[in-house]
Amino acid sequence: MARWERAEATTPRPDPAPWDDPAPGPDADAPLVLAAEGPHGPVIHAANVAAMQAGAVRGGRVTDARALCPDLQVIPADLAGDAAALERLVLWARRWCPWSAVDGADGMVLDTTGSDHLWGGEAAMLADMETRLEALGQSVRIALAPTHGAAWALARYGDAREICGGPALKARVAMLPVAALRLDGTTLLTLRRLGLKRAGDLMAIPRATLERRFGRDGKALATPLRRLDQMTGALPEPVVSAAPPRRFRVVRRLPEPVMDPQSLLEEPMTDLCADLAQAGCGLRGLRLELYRTDGTATRLESGCARANRDAAHLIRLLSRHFESLDAGFGFDTLSLEALRVEDMAAAQVRLDGGIDSELAVATLIDRLSARLGGQAVQMPDPRASHLPERAEGWAPALRGGRADLLAPGGLGGGGMVAPARDRPVRLLQVPERIEVLYAVPEGPPVRFKWRRKPYLIRRHQGPERIAPEWWRARPGTRLRDYYKVEVAEGARYWLFREGMAGDGRGDEPDWFLHGMFA
Amino acid sequence: MTDPDLPTFTEAFSNTRDGAGTGLVLAQIDAWLGADGARDGPILWVQDRTAAREGGLPCLRGIAGTGLQMPILRVGARNAADALWAMEEGLECAALSAVVGEVWGNPRSLDFTATKRLALRSRRSGVPVWLLRPDGVADLSVAPDRWRVDPAPSADNPWDARAPGQARWWADLFRTRRGAPTRWVAGHDRAAHRVDLAAALSDGTLGTGGGDDAATGPRAVG
Repeated sequence: MARWERAEATTPRPDPAPWDDPAPGPDADAPLVLAAEGPHGPVIHAANVAAMQAGAVRGGRVTDARALCPDLQVIPADLAGDAAALERLVLWARRWCPWSAVDGADGMVLDTTGSDHLWGGEAAMLADMETRLEALGQSVRIALAPTHGAAWALARYGDAREICGGPALKARVAMLPVAALRLDGTTLLTLRRLGLKRAGDLMAIPRATLERRFGRDGKALATPLRRLDQMTGALPEPVVSAAPPRRFRVVRRLPEPVMDPQSLLEEPMTDLCADLAQAGCGLRGLRLELYRTDGTATRLESGCARANRDAAHLIRLLSRHFESLDAGFGFDTLSLEALRVEDMAAAQVRLDGGIDSELAVATLIDRLSARLGGQAVQMPDPRASHLPERAEGWAPALRGGRADLLAPGGLGGGGMVAPARDRPVRLLQVPERIEVLYAVPEGPPVRFKWRRKPYLIRRHQGPERIAPEWWRARPGTRLRDYYKVEVAEGARYWLFREGMAGDGRGDEPDWFLHGMFA
Repeated sequence: MTDPDLPTFTEAFSNTRDGAGTGLVLAQIDAWLGADGARDGPILWVQDRTAAREGGLPCLRGIAGTGLQMPILRVGARNAADALWAMEEGLECAALSAVVGEVWGNPRSLDFTATKRLALRSRRSGVPVWLLRPDGVADLSVAPDRWRVDPAPSADNPWDARAPGQARWWADLFRTRRGAPTRWVAGHDRAAHRVDLAAALSDGTLGTGGGDDAATGPRAVG
């Protein structure tokens, strides 16, 4: 007898992957809803218990709920993140049985046939599932039934941890509401208008009548009759279990401990790269685990800017770690594992013997990042902003993703427009305050002191007024008036005055030096 | 490099308090590489920590304003040794259009041997390298061209008499293999992709064996 177990992981979960981040999010007792974009503004995607009690309903407008409960917290729902987290949860749930699949947006189905005795019976297995899933921060409703459809219905409309056996199945599902039949909204509305409230009401109607009424409008797969048959087991409904992602890992057990494993890396690395090449993949991250004879293990990791399966290059990336490796009494096992595997097509080498410049730059980024750290190698991450320090963003080059930034044809490729304004060639990381020695009412100061040296301004250009970004800035942030000035020695600087006298946002405005012109 | 006469290794001494050294280096990159668009790979811009803290980071929009079309890959090294290693590593990669390194002051790791290594790698791969020495003092180096750059009063602004115009620098080529060391007033001609060098008339040492081409009138490199 097929036994289906069905668990529903209920939202809200503000964090899509709570098991990655044990830090608690918002206060659990405060009313909280997750909002998704609807056709007429944000709609409540999920709500916690406090919000439900305050009047929030799933599918309702956020504005309505806010009117009922002014201190309602609203967080945008991350639907894609939820789906990805659910997929990982499904793979994790194979600890109980080997066959599991995602079911809808917020559920999963496990085929536990023949697995329950390993956990001490069905009731004990369900209790174990609930405990472990709750330890992950999920609130769940679980039910066990002989068919997929019945398990789905009992998890949502049955009792807590309900187990329904085969002989009692038909009588049990007859008591469930028609909504438990997984029908669409219009069919449910029709059934309600016909006065059919429970699944038992449908069972009492002759099959031919049901088929004639609902079977013709092109929804042959989800008619009430089919759903009833699936629920009672008259129609099969197999679960398609996704194959787990392939792991690329090569383990070598050495005949005797070695102190320097570097020379032994080449053969397993070649094997790993051959595996990757056969699967048409490349790795973005590589982990080398070295197991010492005394039982401790060392993990070394490296990253790549783009998918790679070149053994020589990958060995070179790891070589930095061997400088400070503590071998103890030697290593007896080593394993190489590909992390973050991505598709990578085989590429044609150039017939003229030239280099693939994109690949050459990517491997350079790998080598630099492997030694100097991922944060040290940066590429432009320009943003559309008038504030210079925000517009001039830098992002770790290893992260990749913005290939357009390194593409030829302009700084920032398509991400940045041509400069409309005169900008300095060097920008200080933090604007430095200058001391005004002699100010005039209009324009920049005539004399100022920067880094303990006085300067006399001969020429100036400006101001260029840059207002704070009110949609991001804190209240009270002051505007900036930028001047390009030239001092007596000839150096050209970019000064700004933060705020204006009498703007009601603080005292006398301060002057700062932000950059140097060529 | 398009012109075999031009050196692949240039050293420029400047002050962290101004952008003159950066300006001259960018102008030279534009003059030597930007003219024919032969190179479109990124520029590797390596800074050690002090240079980045004292002199700031290269500003992308400002650099785009000087006419350079190449993207920039920035390396923020912890110290001069790491910066020099990153420059050497970058010079191995022929896909780069240029390597610019900023090493602040006179660290111990930047000695004659280090410059020799840079020069050899640069010659082997053909990637030109500029070594910016903010607040540095000229010591032993193999660089064929060594400049000392200071800001000079800018040209007249045709649109606003009170505003600074096009940037100019005192460029002192105090060591070169292509003639006698000379001091110029340098400027960047963006339209023609060249560095304009005009004789520094206020310089008293003018004419002491500078050669004809250096002493009379403007001269262009690139």
